[in-house]
Amino acid sequence: MADQAHAQTTARSPRTAVVIGGNRIPFARSGGAYAYSSNQDMLIAALDGLVARFGLQGERIGEVAAGAVLKHSRDFNLTREAVLGSALSPETPAYDLQQACATGLETVVGLSNKIKLGQIDSGIAGGVDSASDAPIAVSEGLRRVLLDLSRAKTTQQKIRILGTLRPKDLSPNAPGTGEPRTGLSMGEHQAITTAAWQITREAQDELAYRSHHNLAAAYERGFFTDLMTPYRGLVKDANLRPDTSVEKLATLKPVFGKELETPATMTAGNSTPLTDGAAVVLLGSEEYATAHNLPMLANIVDAEAAAVDFVNGEEGLLMAPVHAMPRLLARNGLTFDDFDFFEIHEAFAGTVLGSLAAWEDEDYCKRVLGLDGALGSIDRSKLNVNGSSLAVGHPFAATGGRIVASLAKTLSEQGGRGLISVCAAGGQGVVAILEARN
Amino acid sequence: MTDRYVDLVNTPLAARLAKALGLPRPSVLRRYTPGEALATKPVLVAGSGAGADALAEVILGWDVEVRRHVLPGEKLSAAVVVLDAADSPADLSAPLLELGQAVKLLVPGGRVVGISRAAEDTSDPARAAARQGIDGALRSVAHELRGGATANGIVLRGQTTTTDPSTIGALRFFLSGKSAYVDGQLIEVQAVPEDSVSDVAAATAAEGEGVPDRPLDGRTAVVTGAARGIGAKIAEILARDGAHVIAVDVPAAGEQLAQVANRVGGTALQLDITAPDAGTRILEHVGQRHGTLDIVVHNAGITRDKLLANMDAARWDSVIAVNISSQLVMNEQLLASPVFSPTGRIISLASTSGIAGNRGQSNYAASKAGVMGMVRAQAAAFHGGARTINAVAPGFIETDMTAKIPPLTRQVARRLSSLQQGGLPVDVAETIAFLASDAAAGVNGQVVRVCGQNLVGA
Ligand SMILES: NC(=O)c1ccc[n+]([C@@H]2O[C@H](COP(=O)([O-])OP(=O)(O)OC[C@H]3O[C@@H](n4cnc5c(N)ncnc54)[C@H](O)[C@@H]3O)[C@@H](O)[C@H]2O)c1
Repeated sequence: MADQAHAQTTARSPRTAVVIGGNRIPFARSGGAYAYSSNQDMLIAALDGLVARFGLQGERIGEVAAGAVLKHSRDFNLTREAVLGSALSPETPAYDLQQACATGLETVVGLSNKIKLGQIDSGIAGGVDSASDAPIAVSEGLRRVLLDLSRAKTTQQKIRILGTLRPKDLSPNAPGTGEPRTGLSMGEHQAITTAAWQITREAQDELAYRSHHNLAAAYERGFFTDLMTPYRGLVKDANLRPDTSVEKLATLKPVFGKELETPATMTAGNSTPLTDGAAVVLLGSEEYATAHNLPMLANIVDAEAAAVDFVNGEEGLLMAPVHAMPRLLARNGLTFDDFDFFEIHEAFAGTVLGSLAAWEDEDYCKRVLGLDGALGSIDRSKLNVNGSSLAVGHPFAATGGRIVASLAKTLSEQGGRGLISVCAAGGQGVVAILEARN
Repeated sequence: MTDRYVDLVNTPLAARLAKALGLPRPSVLRRYTPGEALATKPVLVAGSGAGADALAEVILGWDVEVRRHVLPGEKLSAAVVVLDAADSPADLSAPLLELGQAVKLLVPGGRVVGISRAAEDTSDPARAAARQGIDGALRSVAHELRGGATANGIVLRGQTTTTDPSTIGALRFFLSGKSAYVDGQLIEVQAVPEDSVSDVAAATAAEGEGVPDRPLDGRTAVVTGAARGIGAKIAEILARDGAHVIAVDVPAAGEQLAQVANRVGGTALQLDITAPDAGTRILEHVGQRHGTLDIVVHNAGITRDKLLANMDAARWDSVIAVNISSQLVMNEQLLASPVFSPTGRIISLASTSGIAGNRGQSNYAASKAGVMGMVRAQAAAFHGGARTINAVAPGFIETDMTAKIPPLTRQVARRLSSLQQGGLPVDVAETIAFLASDAAAGVNGQVVRVCGQNLVGA
């Protein structure tokens, strides 16, 4: 069956797009090692590490696509500026993309599609985020006053406009992860979903524990030596707690869902912390990789985005990947059983466990996803085998690049097929399939 | 880390002061710049016999003025003393006394190069005495020279002639600025079959300045410990000479390693060389990206100094593991692989501490003397083939490693050499680039010291 599916999945594309390799900087906790690094600094560091790994100095890459979720307005051309600051050829074009936490994965999808179509032969996809160096906006009141002032002609007009300024207008708006349409933070949204799917505190702590355990084991094996370049003295993800235990995690106080009727289960241990970091992935056509004597870790097969109505509808904010998944599998004639590795981004342990529960729920799958029955269950031993965001941390736009490079390497070592699922703010999500080359 | 004393003492006032006080007066050394002239003033070729005549002819072909005798008052860029025909100690008299006249006329940064035969290659006691005598004389001259001038020797093994490409390659190295901090050294050279290394002739029998600008063009070179210090400089110089460099260092040094790789247009490979499969992983990387590995520079090294009485197993074992055991394992993997070129070069970093010993460095000296032992044994196995292995033994080189030495000891260590200063990473790198080139095809199993003729380890 796997062979037949393979033929189906690759036959449709005009050309094959492959993952050649990746590079990221270790992820730092917000206010930590990269407290004074900008998004551009970190993206340049990630690019330069990739250039060094693959000898791309002065190369004109087909296109570089990346983005940041927390972005200064001056960084409108963040990726292009990073390219100019990197060791790549200044003739390498670049564009910015922003799709909340799905940014990184979506850049991979976009560039791999261009490669498949023959529009480019090589591409670098990725993302960066700094929660430390986040933009702070002036209040709406102050912004209006400043704009009016710039249009005022006479001194009298200026004095009158300044007179409308109120003290509260002077305090800045810190960036929030709150949803503009509901006012709820992402954690509070997830708390609703976590409660609705009756995900226990124990199950969430267990998932968090496994994330740290798997990440620590991956470091121990040297898994990251060709996926990572240290930055600013940081050589490992700062959030990793190799010695954490389910017992230790159980002592943490809940932080989200305290207003709900059900007991609050989400803690700082089973939710991702604010993180700084950057990740990039080198993509190419098979011809490009061959001509440059570069490795081919995995094929990028297909991807699907979805969005849900979390504002007026019933669905949870981070449940969009649950909707995208059956559509992607159906299009490729695959089921969960055809996959050897699952990378489900751990925004919160509850997100992963809620998604798994939803796919296993016959009633939900019929009623909400319009399927004939449950989509299926995922073998936990195949899930996030090298750790995921709970342990690594989650610099929003960098997570997609991290996942794609790590999964591609796993596939090159162990063969098989891998499935990626990333949820995003705004009720969105992207899922994608990678496949080993033999 | 920079030696401010050398800068200072070369200002007019300080120079006079230093002279009056009898302080050391180190010179700014003549270092290589691409396109440099080998000699701007005439070169003396002293000595009589067919070997000397033939060599004088070759040097004339380089667009250099050649003198067979010292002309009173005429400055000389270099003095080459050809003593290959010396049969008894009495034969040394005339050519060495001529050299004595020449050294007074050497320009700053001048060169003395002796050419002789190996004492081991004769069973005649008088001839062996003459040959060995040259060794002592040259090293003494090196101590006597001033103004950044150096004296070195080329020892012809077997039937090697004064004009074999191997001899010429070594001679050009000694005459050039590349050997600035090599002083009081004798390098043995062996004639190589013309066909074993196709480019030896091209690399050495240069007309005018026609020596290839990029003698390592198209080669791939692995440099371990390339994130900083001497290794980073080796990567840079090999790349300058045309090689594609695979820069290797521990993952923790990855940020600097990437910077080095990007600066030299090479690739970064994060790898701990003590990993049992380090050599295999290097071969895989090079095999996939380049097909062939031509040059390996075992540069990564550590110090964990303690008097032996206070030494613990962690200190001893880690130094042995990084500095020598890793190289033995990697060499085995290299030699078993088709990726390692049939004309491959291995160059290993030893140290003068491994020659003379050094208080507090029994572990380090064991590892570095071990390197020399390994090199000699492996060279014997390579003998007759086209691969070579050599060691370079730096003396005091200005790097992060020596910056850890206490200030006073460091100042003294710097002045202990004939050149009265520490060397720079580039001095080590230039010697390694020479050993990696076709010009050094006839150099095998040598330990070349880059130490400014440090008193330690003579
Ligand atoms: N500096 C001197 O005066 C001097 C003198 C004699 C010999 N040497 C030798 O020259 C070599 C370079 O010395 P340096 O002064 O540049 O030292 P350094 O300490 O500045 O650099 C050594 C490099 O080797 C790397 N390294 C260490 N262990 C490694 C491992 N297990 N795997 C991969 N990389 C590893 C380090 O990370 C570092 O980047 C060493 O072998 C040293 O013993 C130096």
